[in-house]
Amino acid sequence: MSLLAVHDLAVARGGLRAVEGVSFSLAPGQALILRGPNGIGKTTLLRTVAGLQPPVAGRIELAEDAVAYAAHADGLKGALSVTENLRFWAAVFGGGDIGPALAAMDLTHLADRPAAALSAGQKRRLGLARLLVTRRPLWVLDEPTVSLDAESVARFGTAIRAHLGQGGAALMATHIDLGLAEARVLDLAGYRAKAGQQVRPAGFNEAFA
Amino acid sequence: MLALLKRDLALATRAGGGFGLGVAFFLILCALVPFGVGPETSALRPIASGILWVGALLACLLSLDRIFALDHEDGSLDLLATAPLPLEGTVAIKALAHWITTGLPLIAAAPVFGLLLHLPAGAMPWLLASLLIGTPALSMLGAFGAAITVGLRRGGLLLSLLVLPLYIPTLIFGAEIVRRGAEGGSTATPMLFLAGITAGVLALVPFAAAAALRVNLR
Repeated sequence: MSLLAVHDLAVARGGLRAVEGVSFSLAPGQALILRGPNGIGKTTLLRTVAGLQPPVAGRIELAEDAVAYAAHADGLKGALSVTENLRFWAAVFGGGDIGPALAAMDLTHLADRPAAALSAGQKRRLGLARLLVTRRPLWVLDEPTVSLDAESVARFGTAIRAHLGQGGAALMATHIDLGLAEARVLDLAGYRAKAGQQVRPAGFNEAFA
Repeated sequence: MLALLKRDLALATRAGGGFGLGVAFFLILCALVPFGVGPETSALRPIASGILWVGALLACLLSLDRIFALDHEDGSLDLLATAPLPLEGTVAIKALAHWITTGLPLIAAAPVFGLLLHLPAGAMPWLLASLLIGTPALSMLGAFGAAITVGLRRGGLLLSLLVLPLYIPTLIFGAEIVRRGAEGGSTATPMLFLAGITAGVLALVPFAAAAALRVNLR
């Protein structure tokens, strides 16, 4: 039984097809890394899998409430402390202790600091710690290592491996080696949408899509 | 859901949250009117109910664009959309938080501002009652406007243009309650209409606002 199965998926950004004909599946314990040149549609594909936008064509098979999504913005409130930020997300996603997540991303000593006073890398670590408190099986990660130093990248790689070990899965777009030798790589360059294709089905109305 | 409400209330009351801004604006407005039309009771009394309601409405408008814009900027809105909360619930909670931080202080301050405008003492309970029933609709309609304009640069002005016409029914019946209360007439009819408008808005608008958010998040 796979956590995520994508069949012949096409996604569009700003009304233009980005990639099409993409199929893959992820079983528990597997990780898939999306590669491809800038603008190929990695972010759009990840947002589609996360349910933030509908696919143009194809199917996504996914259990309900399975996705934890992390993108360029970390969703942090500068006026709240590290603990308050994380506790909020833990409560939204159904409770749970935030201590292990703080420890895993090396944030314990920063717990009482307002998020506004964190450095870019520390903010990113807090954003990634949020993944740990969601307790969701499928992590959808868009460039998770931006502004992380080498040590933090390794730390995050360890966190992903632990997540995979607990039966989770990860789908990510990244250009950095996370030290996940077991991860499969999908290069989207071969799926670039052909020009002149019908982007939208007949009778499409943007206002009611 | 409770966590979201708590977070929004905490954010509103901390530095830069804008708590109290609406009441301060309300105060300035009510203090300016006597300068404009003259301080005589005969001039102020007939317009007091209308001024108080228009002031409450404009004060409410001030903080509307914060409902979703800040969460959109820092990515929280994307994350909330993928969270187990239904988006309709998120909208309702954020409107509730807006009402608690803007509507409730306005209601508490309104009797004092009524004195500035020579509102008869007999009308005070009606002013409080009409604001209590009417302002939740203002926050909820405002959340709808904020959901439509989220992600737009300088969306605040567009938001005002979209939302103010929607406030007209609430304004008409709210001010009518206070006017009738001041004259000692029966307030039952406008009260029922105002309550009906608020109930309808609270029931239907979260769905419209959530649909608007979904379109804007793509």
